Amino acid sequence: MSVNRRKFLKIAGASALIGLTGTITIEELLKSNAEASVTPGPDALTAKRWGMVIDVNKIKTKEDYEKIIHACHSIHNVPDIGNTKDEVKWIWEEEYENTFPGVSDEFIPDGIKHKPFLALCNHCANPPCVRVCPTKATFKRPDGIVAMDYHRCIGCRFCMAACPFGARSFNWRDPRPFIKEENKEFPTRMKGVVEKCTFCSERLARGLQPACVEKSNGALVFGDLDNPNSDVRKALSANYAIRRKPEIGTAPSVYYIIGGNEHA
Amino acid sequence: MYNGGKIIAGLIIFIGLFTFPVFYNMGKTSTMPEAKLDTPAIKELPEAERKCVESKEYMRANHMQLLDSWRDQVIREGNLEYESTGGKKYIMSLQNTCMHCHSNKKEFCDKCHNYANVKPYCWTCHISPKENET
Repeated sequence: MSVNRRKFLKIAGASALIGLTGTITIEELLKSNAEASVTPGPDALTAKRWGMVIDVNKIKTKEDYEKIIHACHSIHNVPDIGNTKDEVKWIWEEEYENTFPGVSDEFIPDGIKHKPFLALCNHCANPPCVRVCPTKATFKRPDGIVAMDYHRCIGCRFCMAACPFGARSFNWRDPRPFIKEENKEFPTRMKGVVEKCTFCSERLARGLQPACVEKSNGALVFGDLDNPNSDVRKALSANYAIRRKPEIGTAPSVYYIIGGNEHA
Repeated sequence: MYNGGKIIAGLIIFIGLFTFPVFYNMGKTSTMPEAKLDTPAIKELPEAERKCVESKEYMRANHMQLLDSWRDQVIREGNLEYESTGGKKYIMSLQNTCMHCHSNKKEFCDKCHNYANVKPYCWTCHISPKENET
């Protein structure tokens, strides 16, 4: 049987038609359970751009620092491995010189120069870690939080090289044995993934402030940087605040009030 | 054929060994494991409410896709609540919602996963419920 041009076109057209309707039917069949819907939940706190203001003078004693750091690390199952090479940290103490390099002037008060500053992920508006992540495990949420999907992290550590603030830690070993008391409501991480502060997105979803803010006695303020009436914007308009390494253009969302007054 | 006898004998032995599992298990039925649903949290529920977020058949066939979409919804879209086809609301969380009822990971998850030889690595990060070893 020979196929002439006319016959060939007829067959091709008919099969294309069958193919098209076929896919539509299959798609319709697959949709059968699409009735369910998802929502953020009734208590969720929302913002256009979450940000934090740290009033440095309000954190005074060693206990103040420990309380804040412990609050974060205990609820997020952050291991305490005990050596700096394997260290995993979400929020930590950093010297002035390393927190604000480039503004380390010659004659600054000793109280500032040797004071530990709380450092954490800055949730940059222009996050370099997100740009370099090859698997989109790190991404920026619409509310400004730079979040991580640990399921997708392949442990390449590009993000650690990209982050100018050292806010990311790599799990060189299984963190489980180093977690003193597991918070059963939060997962741990596994060997081979990078982790960092999440601005407590899991707590915001349930209407709670971040753990560090809750335990800081007002030294840490959290809120929407896009809303002029939010607590963070009020603190920023009443005080002069600086950010870490603004010159490199990552636009951090964490501000530091250095010479804070009582109105903050 | 050189050494024909040896080769043929060898082949017969080889085929015999190779197909041994097939013949050995012939006629035997291996029972499919049944996931156990007798955890305290489930027993406490009144009979009428004793069901999962979706129907048993749907969960059995599609729980992996459901969990996958829950993960994306929670982490990427910032959603927390799941309204099921029945109109009931659940917080999307493997560790807190699923395992609250199904606190018997060994008898619930592992039984079928072992049978089907699938090895999901949920529990390297998610903390599995403490099980009573009785």
